[in-house]
Amino acid sequence: MSSPIRVAFEKANKENRPALLTYTVAGDSNKKISLNILKRISDHVDICEIGFPHNTPIADGGQIQTSSYRAIKKGIKINDIFEIVKNYKKIKDAKPVILMGYYNMIYQYNENKFLRKCKESGVNGLIVVDLPWPENINFANKCKKNLVSFIQLLSPTTSLKRLKKIIKDSHDMIYYISMLSTTGGKLKVSPKQILSNYQRIKKIDNKKKCVIGFGITEKNIDKLKSADGIVCGSIICKEITKSITLGQNPVTNVSKLVKKLKKKII
Amino acid sequence: MILKKKVPLIDQHDKYGFWGGKFGGSYIPETLKKPIDDLTISFNKLRKNKIFLKKKNFYFKNYIGTPTRFIKLENLSEHLGGAQIWAKVVSDANGGAHKIYNATVHALICKSMGKKYIVGDTGAGYAGKMLSMAAKKFGLKCKIFMGAKDIKRQKPNCDAMRKNGAEIIPVTTGSQTLVDAVSECMRYWVSNCDTTHMCVGSTVGPNIFVKICGWSTSQISKELKIQIKNEFKKIPNKIKLINCVGGGSSAYGFWSEFIDFPKKQIELIGVEAGGPKKSKLHAAPLSKGAKLGVLHGAASYVCQNLEGQINETESISAGLDYPGVSPIHCFLKDTKRAIYTYATDEEALKAYKLVTKFESLNPSLEPSHAFAEAIKISPKLTRDTIVIVNSCGDAKKDRDILKMRLKTI
Repeated sequence: MSSPIRVAFEKANKENRPALLTYTVAGDSNKKISLNILKRISDHVDICEIGFPHNTPIADGGQIQTSSYRAIKKGIKINDIFEIVKNYKKIKDAKPVILMGYYNMIYQYNENKFLRKCKESGVNGLIVVDLPWPENINFANKCKKNLVSFIQLLSPTTSLKRLKKIIKDSHDMIYYISMLSTTGGKLKVSPKQILSNYQRIKKIDNKKKCVIGFGITEKNIDKLKSADGIVCGSIICKEITKSITLGQNPVTNVSKLVKKLKKKII
Repeated sequence: MILKKKVPLIDQHDKYGFWGGKFGGSYIPETLKKPIDDLTISFNKLRKNKIFLKKKNFYFKNYIGTPTRFIKLENLSEHLGGAQIWAKVVSDANGGAHKIYNATVHALICKSMGKKYIVGDTGAGYAGKMLSMAAKKFGLKCKIFMGAKDIKRQKPNCDAMRKNGAEIIPVTTGSQTLVDAVSECMRYWVSNCDTTHMCVGSTVGPNIFVKICGWSTSQISKELKIQIKNEFKKIPNKIKLINCVGGGSSAYGFWSEFIDFPKKQIELIGVEAGGPKKSKLHAAPLSKGAKLGVLHGAASYVCQNLEGQINETESISAGLDYPGVSPIHCFLKDTKRAIYTYATDEEALKAYKLVTKFESLNPSLEPSHAFAEAIKISPKLTRDTIVIVNSCGDAKKDRDILKMRLKTI
């Protein structure tokens, strides 16, 4: 049986467009709003990445940090995050959910218990920013046993030899980091260069679905639309921050933004 | 969990970089895998390279000014009665603290790897000041990440950094102290690792940084071993080596040559920051029983909540004000080779007052924590016990805090 993540890619592929993945922080700006955002953008999105916020993030840029601190300040707990996923999954046509965060939180919660909760609440995939290959092999296997896809990250600094090994151990989806940057940095590499690196990955195993993330905005998303999928994160977090500052409704604003992003890649 | 003999502690890790199978490792984003692998390969080559070692020794001697003094604190010992109290005056080193060893080695590595930019984190400002000095000395462009709260409380060191031509990047996220400075510095390195070398200011962070720092500060105990032999003709039967522990770089450097000795002969005592007496906050993960967690790329005992969010810490000493601790100290704790305790802000201040009253020594607030422990235990010990405190930093940087706080003690 195909995993929901794979199905999502196949659907986008049939429509001749890349899959659109969004990243929002669970509990930003509070539990209810973050759930409502997911519900509202669901129609335009293929896969929802949901961040479990950590207060010592070593790979996140300013926008996601702001979102994370905001959520932590509101008291978001891991169980709340599973609750959000569970409630989101109740809607009709809910999209696959990928949780993304830092290892310490999984470790403190207990790996097995965390994966059990993932399964129960309907989480389909997991990205652990600071658990690289090969250190992640055991945990990735555990994920697989629990029907959770472990998503391996690749970066411009990953050597060809390493690429091959990581891709071999990867599950349905892999995540290519567009440039040397924390999340949400200004795109300092040309989309052409990014796609050429992306092709290098696809050449190793064409069947693995590869998404591109980091630094994606309204301005550059269309230039990357030949990829299997594109992840937009910081730009959405920024929209939430902006909405709060202006006293506007983040749910409406984010939903408009995601619609716009989708339009650019159709 | 077993300590090996005749193998430097920094090398007693497994292939994934863990000491005792669970402390350390390299929990890093994929982007940093390659630069960290490159650094690991370079360091392993350089530490065996005769030309590099000659260069290192040359700068240690002529630039840092080794060896630093080993002196008896006659008056303090007399006043307290009991053990003989000695100090290894590491603050004699160029710049006024042990941080110069690690900074110099990182600058030399950076240069030999052909990188022109160097970045580092700092709490008390010593790691930053020393890195700015070394960068200036070796012609590197330098950025220092420092919590906004620390910038305010350690002004003299900030002035020094700027004078050396370094750019200080204030970090305003989180608690605005060392923990946030390290995060921000790592984030900067993620974005600039192709041109820039990163120096982690203590024996913390991904495995290789623990090793480089420990290798650098081990100079302290190498000198001390010779000095003890010269002074006592042999290694005495009852020695206590007392050192403050924040990240743990000076403590490791102070102890590394003595770890193989029986603990009955040479006892290793680490003193963490207990924070203000009346506060629940502290920076003492080892002595207050914090849980194992992952912080800044390594597994260690970390002050954290049940969810794995890193706790805020509080200490009068910016250099000790860190929620994690070196994996090698976790290893030393669990193998019971070293014991760890803490001193409160007030105890450290009192110790500072007493030491400076009796001796011409001006220990910063960090080693004042170690002196607090020495003062506490020495009266109960016999005359043939040699208590040695690593006076690893000079209090010039603390002049504002001391001026304000000493009145209240």
